[in-house]
Amino acid sequence: MNNFTYQKVSNPNDALNKISKNNAANFIAGGTNLIDLWKYNLAHPKTLVDINGLNDYKAIKEDDHGGLFLGALATNSDTAYHKLVEERYPLLSKAILAGASAQIRNSASNGGNLLQRTRCYYFYDASSPCNKRNPGSGCPAKNGLNRIHAILGTSEDCIAVFPSDMCIALAALEAVVHVKSPDGEREIEFSNFHRLPGDTPELDNNLKENELITGISLPSEGFAENYSYLKLRDRNSYAFALVSVATGMVLENNKITKIRIALGGIAHKPWRVVAAEEFLVDKSPTEENFASAANMILKGAKGFGKNDFKIELSKRAIVRNCIMALDPESQRPGAQPSL
Amino acid sequence: MKISKQIGKSVNRLEGHLKVTGAAKYAGEYDVPGLLQGYIVNSTITKGKILEIDESAAHALSGVVAIFSHNNRTKLPWFDIMYADMDAPPGTPFKPFYNDQILYNGQPIALVVAETFETARYAATLIKVTYDEEPFETELAAHLDDARDPKKGIATFIKPLPPSANGDFEKAYNDADVQYAGEFIHGTEHHNPLELFTTTTVYEGDGKLTVYDKTQGTSNCQIYIANVFGLHYKDVRILSPFVGGAFGSGLRPQYQLFLCVMASLELKRNVRVTMDRAQMFTFGHRPQTIQKTRFGATADGTVTAINHTAIAETSQHEDYTEVVVNWANMLYPAKNTLLDYKLVPLDVFSPMDMRAPGGSTGLHAIEATMDALSYILKVDPMELRLLNYAERDVSANKPFSSKELKQCYLQGAEKFGWANRKSEPRTTRRGNRLVGTGMSSGIWDVIALPAKAKASINKKGKLKVKSAVTDIGTGTLTVMTQIAADSLGIHIDDVTFEYGDSNMPLSPIQGGSYTTGVVGSAVKAACESLKKKIFKKAKKMNNSTFNSVALEDVVFEDGSMHLKQDKSNFVTFKEIIADNDGKKIKASKNNIPNVLKLKQYTRAAHSAAFVEVEVDEQLGIVNVTRAVTAVAAGKIINPKTARSQILGGMIWGISKALREETLMDHNLGKYMNTDLGEYHIPVHADIHELDVIFVDEKDDIINELGSKGVGEIGLASMAPAIANAIYHATGKRVNKFPIHFDQLL
Repeated sequence: MNNFTYQKVSNPNDALNKISKNNAANFIAGGTNLIDLWKYNLAHPKTLVDINGLNDYKAIKEDDHGGLFLGALATNSDTAYHKLVEERYPLLSKAILAGASAQIRNSASNGGNLLQRTRCYYFYDASSPCNKRNPGSGCPAKNGLNRIHAILGTSEDCIAVFPSDMCIALAALEAVVHVKSPDGEREIEFSNFHRLPGDTPELDNNLKENELITGISLPSEGFAENYSYLKLRDRNSYAFALVSVATGMVLENNKITKIRIALGGIAHKPWRVVAAEEFLVDKSPTEENFASAANMILKGAKGFGKNDFKIELSKRAIVRNCIMALDPESQRPGAQPSL
Repeated sequence: MKISKQIGKSVNRLEGHLKVTGAAKYAGEYDVPGLLQGYIVNSTITKGKILEIDESAAHALSGVVAIFSHNNRTKLPWFDIMYADMDAPPGTPFKPFYNDQILYNGQPIALVVAETFETARYAATLIKVTYDEEPFETELAAHLDDARDPKKGIATFIKPLPPSANGDFEKAYNDADVQYAGEFIHGTEHHNPLELFTTTTVYEGDGKLTVYDKTQGTSNCQIYIANVFGLHYKDVRILSPFVGGAFGSGLRPQYQLFLCVMASLELKRNVRVTMDRAQMFTFGHRPQTIQKTRFGATADGTVTAINHTAIAETSQHEDYTEVVVNWANMLYPAKNTLLDYKLVPLDVFSPMDMRAPGGSTGLHAIEATMDALSYILKVDPMELRLLNYAERDVSANKPFSSKELKQCYLQGAEKFGWANRKSEPRTTRRGNRLVGTGMSSGIWDVIALPAKAKASINKKGKLKVKSAVTDIGTGTLTVMTQIAADSLGIHIDDVTFEYGDSNMPLSPIQGGSYTTGVVGSAVKAACESLKKKIFKKAKKMNNSTFNSVALEDVVFEDGSMHLKQDKSNFVTFKEIIADNDGKKIKASKNNIPNVLKLKQYTRAAHSAAFVEVEVDEQLGIVNVTRAVTAVAAGKIINPKTARSQILGGMIWGISKALREETLMDHNLGKYMNTDLGEYHIPVHADIHELDVIFVDEKDDIINELGSKGVGEIGLASMAPAIANAIYHATGKRVNKFPIHFDQLL
């Protein structure tokens, strides 16, 4: 770890000023990913701007449009166990609790969750080639250990996946990310927040260098009646998703009137296919219909050898998760010990 | 006062409160004045030569004290023998910083010593190394044709090569009514104890060192350091009072010990070197192994032909071997056998013993093959084992010193409810999950080695026993204290067992499940020796009532010595020592096993595991919902710590069958999942109902305690039972560990 300067700020403008004048400065909130990256010699901040004193961004509160605003500095734990989140957005609560460990969730912030970096082995090893870490150096994952890698939206340069659970639920909920910069404030639709690797795999998202995430707003529809989050991984806790699925739906007279399906663990960003969701509208919630939608979602999926199984597993996971969403009671802790 | 016997009692760990309160100090927690911190730089190539190490940027950093590499290392001995530790396989031991050659990816090539750990770690990132790379080979499967016989050495004594062929296997196999042939693939695993390998060297001056090290053998490290650095043995003191898990990784001195001592000697300063988690993947591991079996049986279920071959990786510099294929014929008395074990040298570090080395690998192939035969024969899997029960070890033509495996089967099956099992696969469902049950036998040999202990008793009647042995978290301290208390017949609170210090009487490295038997026997022998001295002193006392009595006629219990025939004729230890002018009575004993007697018997612990799994076949999810392991391991000194050992072994079995795997990119020659986030060991959510049974077993042959040890036997039978249960649930036999989604979809 290099030597660095540490500064604690108590107002947003101060934070933004400090970061915009210093391109080797990083914000730090929970630090659950940055400190790891630093120890692995992958991040080298010269200045740390500690934003934990920005109390305005810690709140979780109802907004004026019938939705809920999640402060960027509220912890993942406080969010998952918040009464309004549990009641109105249980999908989000469930996805957050499927991730990391209690200790990490207690420290990790909501804003930080959006910015966590891939867990690709090659990215994490400073001495391996990696286009994301060192553009132009190559991607050993394509012909190497790619069991955990992407099957959709990949590029010649990068097949890494985005590791978050929380963000998969946020994608399904069609959240909006609020950011602030010295130039003002803007809102980014969740589907536009994260990027596909293309030929700039070094960029994970569309946040600009001088911007600070202030919060995430959730629309009024929380799918509190019919939702499910399914995470498939190599052990029952504390492992990143090989495939995860967030489903929220609204049913009327046993017909789907609205449905959102987002996938994690299979692409560089939370994966949604609007056409598949539209296909399901006005249809019965049957295994057959869900399977057709799953095929639409996985259209164009491509494996790299060791991750070929993810294509079929994703389809099955979508179907299973949509079925589980019909009966959220089946997801009570203990009811599904194997998931 | 009546003092109860301690052996057989579930005594709580004597050091437990120190560990859970954080008061127990580990090797990296000794703070000494002016301590410098070292950080290791590892090779990023797999094979070749170092051309240049540019240290300028690192040296320029404030706080950096020194940088060591092959360019400026201490003068080292030329001869391999000086680097050979007690556990060195045949070959050339790895010599850190010896020259510019790179033998494997992750090889230590430089050490930065600085005022703080963070400075050292940062400076290490600034060192630029230029290499001349050479082609390398790391993939076992691609080199099976290169397999050759292992070299023989001292290690072969404890790890015998396969017995020679018996009968005519090929004919018997071809003539057999039923046959099963399988191929079994095991990848690399790393020990990953929670405690990182760390050494703190205290420079005492005059060539004297006190070294706190994470190790399974203080005497082993003492000899190694003295030999390598040309020091007197008595000037090197290795201490390892607490060890945060090791599982075999501490059987050999690891390179941080070498580097730390070298830096300390060169700088004449106190130095600490700590590995990080990724560096824990840069020394020994469980080797990749590919096995083949062919078993044949008659229609009534008698196994007549056993062929078991294994090809394992080793390094280019040492022939590390395991006992993989010797077990089948010890368990099942087929008359026609063909057993073979070969090695392929690859560009990796030497493999190393990892909990149940060889046994946990070989038993998977053997027990899955037996399981497969049982389905072909339509015989219950346990019934097939009972049909082929070996009352005698036909592979060595020797009787067993004791063997209660049959009771393991029967009592384990009873507790598990095996009788209610439906024999056909894919016949039980629970919701959308298939349910299956499977079982397996387990076996692990009992090793006898010499060990020494000292015992003394003081005027307060307090007994002190010493041995250089470590306690790697298994409960050794507690168990030795129990043994000593019972030997002398005193209260456990009056016994102190001192250990983990190379200044104490020589002990073998702690491994192979033999510590309780080996060191426990030495402790008992030292106490017996002490009893003789106490007896002699008692006879010399004024008005002694024991003048005409022989040692056989007295009993040591309740803190005193009394006549066997007349309990009222007694003298307390305190009285005896008071009469000895209050001077301690001391005894020392080097306990040497009776090899001539031992070699007449096959000596082994046994187990039987019964497992239930649930498999969500659509999604490929497997859960071990319930398991029972029944163990026959001779006398159980402490049922509580022994049970913990078996539970740990069972959880490791779950890990081995379903979770654990070090992934190597063979294009880079490098292990890639080198952290505990990606090296998956089970978490709490993976563990459900586990149960342990100890079957009564009496053994007068193996050692003075009749104790066989329980470190490995819990693991040996668990992983194959899981694989067999998955077959019963799904009808799919997956012979590659760990079993993942990919193979079950």
